[in-house]
Amino acid sequence: MIELRDIYKIYSDGDSEIRALDGVTMTVEQGEFVAIVGQSGSGKSTCMNIIGCLDIPTSGSYHLNGIDVSTMNEIELSHIRNQTLGFIFQQYNLLPKLNLLENVELPLIYRGLSPKEREEKAKIALERVGLLDRAKKMPSQLSGGQQQRVSIARALAGEPPVILADEPTGALDSKTGRDVLDFIKKLNDEGTTIVLITHDMSIAEEAKRIIRIQDGKIISDMPGRRNAL
Amino acid sequence: MNMKQSFILALKSLKTSKMRSFLTMLGIIIGVASVIILTSMVDSMKQLMVDKFESMGTNLITVSISGRGGNRRVEPEDMLKLVEEKDTLQAVSPNITIPAYIKNNNENQSVNCIGTSETYHEINNIGIESGRYLSYMDVERRQKNCVIGSYVAKNVFQGTNPIGQIIKLNGNSFTVVGVAEEKAGGTQGSQDDRVYLPYTVARTLTFISRVSNYTFSAADKNELEQAIADIENALFKVYQSEDFYNVISVSAIVDTLDELTGTLTLILVGIAGISLLVGGIGIMNIMLVSVTERTREIGVRKSLGATPWNILSQFVVEAATTSGCGGVLGIVLGIGGAYALCSLMDMPTVITLGSIIIAFSVSAVIGIAFGYFPARKAARLNPIDALRHD
Repeated sequence: MIELRDIYKIYSDGDSEIRALDGVTMTVEQGEFVAIVGQSGSGKSTCMNIIGCLDIPTSGSYHLNGIDVSTMNEIELSHIRNQTLGFIFQQYNLLPKLNLLENVELPLIYRGLSPKEREEKAKIALERVGLLDRAKKMPSQLSGGQQQRVSIARALAGEPPVILADEPTGALDSKTGRDVLDFIKKLNDEGTTIVLITHDMSIAEEAKRIIRIQDGKIISDMPGRRNAL
Repeated sequence: MNMKQSFILALKSLKTSKMRSFLTMLGIIIGVASVIILTSMVDSMKQLMVDKFESMGTNLITVSISGRGGNRRVEPEDMLKLVEEKDTLQAVSPNITIPAYIKNNNENQSVNCIGTSETYHEINNIGIESGRYLSYMDVERRQKNCVIGSYVAKNVFQGTNPIGQIIKLNGNSFTVVGVAEEKAGGTQGSQDDRVYLPYTVARTLTFISRVSNYTFSAADKNELEQAIADIENALFKVYQSEDFYNVISVSAIVDTLDELTGTLTLILVGIAGISLLVGGIGIMNIMLVSVTERTREIGVRKSLGATPWNILSQFVVEAATTSGCGGVLGIVLGIGGAYALCSLMDMPTVITLGSIIIAFSVSAVIGIAFGYFPARKAARLNPIDALRHD
């Protein structure tokens, strides 16, 4: 499903160079729930950006669904982001001027669906996160947890095979964070591949597999508690 | 993302920041309004002049002869013969203008006297209110008959029927045989402040033996050029030089007027265009600010699968919508302003659809042109840099 081979991401800053990713090789199969853990500056976010086709590696190859992504241009990458990937961000990143339904419709608009189709699909996604009754509300009228659920609905709406979650619980209190995490687990149970980025080991433990990154290198790759049980 | 969606989004963002949108549009509003007002003013002025000229008759040709002395001369009879010979010409009347005084209650008042033949009123579209115009017999027999304009009738006869009455011009008695229809509002010094005499009589009144002005009417408006050529040829045969006569048609005057006002319009629109340009730069400025402010939004959109084209079209449509709205407001202001100014200056208001269409499309094009640069900047943003932007 996700196949990274010898990925380097090097930022040159005059004489010195920073190796954000220093030869990362990993494979994530379909239906897995992988947590990538590391301290800030460890390279985990860079890793996720490359998996999410938001950033391009300096060298190495990346195959997504068997397709070589590392040689794609910006337009092809945007189609991949639209159809294969769903993003959940720490700061939700909802557009404040659009209501919830319009926010969830965004990826469907870029997919080119008809207004009727995308409203239907967006409503199903909102229904799944339990916020259909607030479809016409603006993001600012919602609590943090609710906003994160909307962003999950937005990631789900296009039914992508892979969902990338970057510190999805980072801005939430522990109770709502747990709710969000449970929902992500449920998604995984339904067959969606999940890649979750966190610095919090207790959250990473919920995943089926934990990859630890430090100084741009994978230092361990082991099954999570959930898998062990 | 389709255009309609972009358009609706653009309208929404216009609505959420009204003051800023209005200031952004102001340059375009002023530019469009001034294009419409200025072209309307010129067109109205032109219309006023063209109407005045055309009321004289568009098939009118005036000939003035300065002459060269000696025995090379043209007599009214020669001109009459010319009209008979040429199919392109319909009629001719000599045209002798003499300043005269009309006696009114023992007071002498200045009046324009024109010596004409019996065809003059037809050539010049002069209607007859009552009585008749001068006749062939009046001209031939040098009858001291006259036709008076509406102002003269009003002024001298004060409401009594002037037909058959006597007026005194420079001490000579004339019998009024007709009153001309009002043509220029019946004011003093206008076309209505006139007395028409047989030219044969006018000639003796002033002791001018030579008739130097003629008014022709062409048979067909479309063959005006040929008619002018026929007259010029005949005159050239006599004078052997183009320097001694001048042949002008009303249409030629109107054409010259058209050319002049066309140039004037271009200059004025050019000036107004500068305002449109400044307005466009204002839009570009605000769009650049907007792209910076919304960098994160652009990042989010890109992460959800927006192509560079999606982002580009969103911002271009937004810029075009802003300037288009400015254009519509400018048109409303321009039409209102044109009506207000024209009524203030007592002119008929002429607003051509062309000027509105041009003003609006220029404003839309400016929006697209000046929106393109910021939009391209937005479209080229690296998604991850945009997402990280605060």
